Amino acid sequence: MKEVKKQGGLNAEIQSRIGHQLRAMYDDVVRQGVPDRFAELIRKLDGPEAAAAQIDETAKNDGRD
Amino acid sequence: MPLTDSLRDDILASVPSLRAFAISLSGNGDRADDLVQETLLRAMANIDSFQPGTNMSAWLFTILRNLFRSEYRKRRREVEDTDGSYAESLKSHPEQHSRVEFEEFRVALSKLPSDQREALILVGASGFSYEEAAAICDCAVGTIKSRVNRARTRLSDLLSIDGADDFGPDHTTRAILSAGGRG
Repeated sequence: MKEVKKQGGLNAEIQSRIGHQLRAMYDDVVRQGVPDRFAELIRKLDGPEAAAAQIDETAKNDGRD
Repeated sequence: MPLTDSLRDDILASVPSLRAFAISLSGNGDRADDLVQETLLRAMANIDSFQPGTNMSAWLFTILRNLFRSEYRKRRREVEDTDGSYAESLKSHPEQHSRVEFEEFRVALSKLPSDQREALILVGASGFSYEEAAAICDCAVGTIKSRVNRARTRLSDLLSIDGADDFGPDHTTRAILSAGGRG
């Protein structure tokens, strides 16, 4: 591959270390998954109609009672 | 507007890598999570402009990248505070990486120009193709390739110098030792 040849002057060991470190740093964060604050945020933003419908339901029920 | 299950699942599934991208870009865990939050708010508000069937992750990365760049321009005059907060944001480090090596790499990465850093992260860690990275950064594929190569060369230079120090006395000590040897 052309790209690899262009990097022929670089120390292969250092290059491999860069790739490894970069992925290690990145994957550390990926492995933390979805923090609660973001799951909560998406749930809150998603479907205000659904939330409104629920409130209506509650109001109706309250009325019947 | 309620999302379809598949859109919501796609957004949720993108959050971990979106955070990793934000932290790698900004070097600051708190700022990174603010960026992710702002990205999610914008995405949900503009979900109609997302084209179903295209890459949700790439769409979210594009939003985050643009937010980071506009914020970066605003904050350029402020003193960068990357000390410690990134490392603190990580709950654990892989055993095989020493703290010193980790810090060394993080500092080297932060010395790259931001266009080189983002290209390297997108291709080298996020797993995007050169074409996808070019679309996210709104530039030519050749530009991404050249940025990635320059980033690798620069990091290699920065880490080679530090690497030499791992094997013996530092430069000053070596200079004193060699000067002493002559006498």
